[in-house]
Amino acid sequence: MLPFSLERANSIEAAIAVAASGGRFIAGGTTLVDLMRDEVERPARLIDINSLPLEGIRVEGQELVIGALARMSEVAANADVRRHHPLIAESLIEGASPQIRNLASMGGNLLQRARCPYFRMLDAPCNKRTPNSGCSALHGLNAGSAILGTSDYCVATHPSDVAVALVALEATMRVRGPKSERTFPVEQLFRLPNDTPHLEHTILPSELIMDIRVPIGPRGQNARYLKVRDRASYEFALVSAAVALTQENGLLKHVRIAVGGVGTKPWRLQSCEAALIGKKLDRESIEQAAQLSLRGTRPLEHNHYKVDLLPRTIVRALEMAGGLS
Amino acid sequence: MAQSSKPAAVPAPASDVVSFIINGEPRELSLDPRQSLLDVLRERLDLTGTKKGCNQGACGACTILVNGKRILACLTLASMYSGARIETIEGLEKDGELHPLQRAFIEHDGLQCGFCTSGQIMSGLGCISEGHASSPQEIQYWMSGNICRCGAYPGIVAAVADAARRT
Repeated sequence: MLPFSLERANSIEAAIAVAASGGRFIAGGTTLVDLMRDEVERPARLIDINSLPLEGIRVEGQELVIGALARMSEVAANADVRRHHPLIAESLIEGASPQIRNLASMGGNLLQRARCPYFRMLDAPCNKRTPNSGCSALHGLNAGSAILGTSDYCVATHPSDVAVALVALEATMRVRGPKSERTFPVEQLFRLPNDTPHLEHTILPSELIMDIRVPIGPRGQNARYLKVRDRASYEFALVSAAVALTQENGLLKHVRIAVGGVGTKPWRLQSCEAALIGKKLDRESIEQAAQLSLRGTRPLEHNHYKVDLLPRTIVRALEMAGGLS
Repeated sequence: MAQSSKPAAVPAPASDVVSFIINGEPRELSLDPRQSLLDVLRERLDLTGTKKGCNQGACGACTILVNGKRILACLTLASMYSGARIETIEGLEKDGELHPLQRAFIEHDGLQCGFCTSGQIMSGLGCISEGHASSPQEIQYWMSGNICRCGAYPGIVAAVADAARRT
């Protein structure tokens, strides 16, 4: 690990000021420490933000508010989260081992970096790690790579599970920078790789995530997360689907679908949603809608299986959320 | 954000003075901020019961309790844990008596080579105290962050279940 300095921030303002002059925030450290050890991440100055008052989980009006420093395990076990948004708890429990969930913060989870093997292989080209060096996965071992949102510069998937759930639930996030604060949909945090895959987020390094805000409503009660992976637990998704819906008189009133493991960012599927609105939730309508997820997919040599797995995962998640299975 | 391939030129970091309570005993150490809790335990404090398996958060061999919660010591920067209460496998035996979970691992053959065992036992303590040890299936799922390459899983699950029943 390369040398760095470490300081503890005693106030939000102080943390942001140090970040504005080149410091990097560290919370749980589960991504950053590991990548620093591999010298993929090389921060010179770290700001430990764990003393900041950003831990709480609470209900504010019609929103569930989750502090950016709340740990994955705390959020998954929280009574308000389980009552209003069991989907969030489900996706968190599927998202990492208990030990990692006790360390990892919600803000850090959203900002976690790619798990593409070439990203941490210093002797292999990777545009995300070293801009304009090339993409080794494009014609390399790409069984785990994305099929949606890819470019010739990068095909790495976004690894978070809870981000998929938050995108499906139309959560927003509040961030504070040196001058102002803003709130925007979690979905807009993530950039497509295009020709700049090293730029992953729409927030600046000096912007601190304050909290994540999830609207409360009946949709949260019929919501499920289905994660398909190589082993039954403690593994990243091959394909995952987060589904939230409401029905009225036997017809779908609202439905939100987001998928993981297949996109270069958590992937909302509005075309599938639109195809289901007003329909009776049955095998036929679900299968037809799920096929629309394949629009624009770009499979690579080793990940064609995701083209079959993606609609099947959506079908099963919709059946689970709709009480059909 | 991604960095250029050239490391930034930074001066050697000053050492931080950090204090912990390790297995009930206060300790004060001068640390390089690069040191993980795992390296501090093993290399500075001679507490080598906590094992370094993968050193990248994938195997669970370095599981310890920090302020009562199970975590992976390899994914930490020790300087961030000043004031923390840390428990390792060495602290479980009391007055010459093994902890009930240690005894259960012996009774149920919860190990073969033993390399993962201290991590399994520390994780098992977390699993039991969190209330996730009510059935073999639940134990399997909530112990899945601990890999055993010998495949002693049936014994591990039986040991955790047995100790959970007794506590």
